[in-house]
Amino acid sequence: MKKIKILYILIIVLLFQSCSKDINDQSEEFPALQPASLDINAGTWRPVLLTGPTEFPVAAPIATTTPDYIAQVNEIKSFQANVTTKEKNSVKYWSAGAVLRWNEIMRELVALHNLPPYQNPDGTYPFPSANNPLAYPQFPFANPPYAARAYAYVAAAQYDALVAAWHYKTLYNRAAPYTVDPTVTALIPKSNLPSYPSEDAVVIGVTTELLKLLFPGDQEFIQLKAEEHRKARIIAGANVRSDLEAGEALGKAVAQKFVTRARGDRAGAAIGNQTLWTQMENDAITRGETPWISQETPKRPPMLPLFGRVRTWLFDSLTMVTTIRPVPPPSTSSQQFKDEVAEIYNYSKNPTREQIRIAHFWADGLSTYTPPGHWNAIATEDFVKQNFSEVRWARNMGLLNMSLMDAAIACWDAKYFYFNPRPSQIDPRIKTTTGLPNFPAYTSGHSTFSGAAATILGHIVPARATAYADMAKEASESRIYGAIHYRSDCVKGLEAGNKVGNYAIARARTDGAE
Amino acid sequence: MKYAYILLVIAITAITNTKVNAQTDIDGVMMEKNAFCIGPMAGYSSWKNYWEGTLKRENLNLGKVSTAMYNIMGNYGITNKLNVMFGLPYVKTKASAGQLKGLKGIQDLSFWIKWKAYSQKIGRGRLSIFAIGGYSLPASDYTADFLPMSIGLESKNLSLRGMADFQMGIWFATISGTYVGRSNIELDRTAYYTTEMHYTNEVKMPDAASFNVRAGYRDKGAYAELFLDNWTTLGGFDITRNNMPFPSNEMNATRIGVNLKYPMPFLPQLSVTGNVFTTIAGRNMGQASGFNAGIFYVIDLSKKEKTGSDNSKK
Repeated sequence: MKKIKILYILIIVLLFQSCSKDINDQSEEFPALQPASLDINAGTWRPVLLTGPTEFPVAAPIATTTPDYIAQVNEIKSFQANVTTKEKNSVKYWSAGAVLRWNEIMRELVALHNLPPYQNPDGTYPFPSANNPLAYPQFPFANPPYAARAYAYVAAAQYDALVAAWHYKTLYNRAAPYTVDPTVTALIPKSNLPSYPSEDAVVIGVTTELLKLLFPGDQEFIQLKAEEHRKARIIAGANVRSDLEAGEALGKAVAQKFVTRARGDRAGAAIGNQTLWTQMENDAITRGETPWISQETPKRPPMLPLFGRVRTWLFDSLTMVTTIRPVPPPSTSSQQFKDEVAEIYNYSKNPTREQIRIAHFWADGLSTYTPPGHWNAIATEDFVKQNFSEVRWARNMGLLNMSLMDAAIACWDAKYFYFNPRPSQIDPRIKTTTGLPNFPAYTSGHSTFSGAAATILGHIVPARATAYADMAKEASESRIYGAIHYRSDCVKGLEAGNKVGNYAIARARTDGAE
Repeated sequence: MKYAYILLVIAITAITNTKVNAQTDIDGVMMEKNAFCIGPMAGYSSWKNYWEGTLKRENLNLGKVSTAMYNIMGNYGITNKLNVMFGLPYVKTKASAGQLKGLKGIQDLSFWIKWKAYSQKIGRGRLSIFAIGGYSLPASDYTADFLPMSIGLESKNLSLRGMADFQMGIWFATISGTYVGRSNIELDRTAYYTTEMHYTNEVKMPDAASFNVRAGYRDKGAYAELFLDNWTTLGGFDITRNNMPFPSNEMNATRIGVNLKYPMPFLPQLSVTGNVFTTIAGRNMGQASGFNAGIFYVIDLSKKEKTGSDNSKK
């Protein structure tokens, strides 16, 4: 009898263990890219930085009847003859799309690097150095502005490079290996899109080149991914090696234009210095306002105070100041301000489980891909269902991420122009259910990001426009529930974000893709 | 009342406010048939230093992280050799510095079945062998994803423990080992980073193992003992530099402490218990120290009229 009981316990334990601990990772579920349209005229779309699709030449491919080409096809056949399960899984993974997968890889790099440096023994803080990226604190600290900028450069450059690639694809019109030689098996859905230069290799070239600048300490990880991606294309029968080589060279060339822009966009000076930080504080005092003060111990310098001066994509700096910069926040001595502090205190005092859920759903704080990354994830899930071509993926991700970076710039401009304190600085009884960011309150970054993203995404996927607007509103209010922002921060941030998104819509209407 | 194991549980809860599994009892004595013991316990623990991976550090933006716990526990003797138990704690956390809000709520409901499988006189002493199975699950919809302020780790846990107890006269020693299977948990967010990116709200929680050694005086329902225990997570990852803890971290802790129990001479059904402990080694957890105190009362539920004398055997 007792032995039976023991047996029961053992069985329960075994059941519990076998009870699937497997997790369905959304990223593994994405189907192979099967574009509804090849967007064959995308070579005529308006690039972001390139003067035109032929700015960087791509040499004509060798004929498919040459021994060299036949040898390249044989390379595919050799791989396919001995294809392993691991290789098949790799083909499946990369078949979801080059833009999609490299966007995910970037989100992973951002999450890895989104950690603030630990203080020095004397209470100051070290800053990461791009010249010594592996030393602590590792470069970069991928905070939201840094991440927004990284996503934007890569997405915009991918778009320009693919526009050029599409031009040469239609110009040279070389079919995919599985079409040239029917004995080559297509391990991914077949396409009539010309395969030279390879769109996947264009994305590899342009992305890896930009990531040398943006994530200089992660080259081993990045190059391993690139090699896996190249190999997956060959094993899939989708590209011969010369498709890849031409594509990657084009991508790298286009990247240089964006690298040059990035080096001169003023982001490198965004950290500022002690004189500037003190001056911002004093300026607020001179205006008769309570200035923002770091709530960290030891006090940490404000995050990227000059990021508001970084070069924008969708409008010029004058437009930003005159049209997008929000009106001043309620004065810290006004009744409205006191009322808004009281509102946050009430949320802080007894947060409901649902409020905590919303605060955490949208927090995207330390060690995450940041709010811009979250909107990339949201866009990715919806874009997968739209069956975009690779070039349209890049165009839409480019629009989204240029919006997000411009939102970061506009928001940081407002934050440091007004230098407004956080609720918990004004009322120390206010405790937060999410991490307190180390920069001024007005306006909310989450709100600005979300307003911009929801606006441009609503244009790209109109059926989801209302859903995006609702999500943006919830993301915005999540900062009130978290007790780290006043309502004004969120309302005005969302408005400014919507304005930024409208500039992206204006570009979308004139880039030739609609 | 057998309550000692929960002390480890509470301690670990206090450290990262993670909840451990198997809040079952871990001592070598049984309730008699039809006796029901119930009572409240209260505990407090705190830490200033914690292990970020293997690096011991403080955090000026947390200050002292403390956990208060109020628990109701019960134990019923189905037979002299088979007991069932339950525990239901309310937990409240607080950080003395920084802005993070402490959380509070009912944590996990735990059940245990304790079976005295074997008992044999050996020389002048007596050796007893026990098997204990436990199960716990969250009793409220709290979040594990706000460490170190979360009140628990959210997983459902199934534990299996083997235990040996040897008593000679008034002196005893008990040793036990436990395996804890932990279910996946769900976060409020749709993606998270461990050592790689995960695009899901589900987190795979590594299983855990623990051992416990205790020895001291035990006679007529009273005891005074020293204990050493260890909780080791079988997998998981380290907190990265200056990051926050995550539920599936590799959380380990080794603690030492003293447990006391004393039945009131004027009312033997009523006992007071207490303990103090401190953490001597750890990983991805706070170096917690704390104390607990409880009052337990034994009710005889048998139909036969009996005195409370059986309490002395509990």
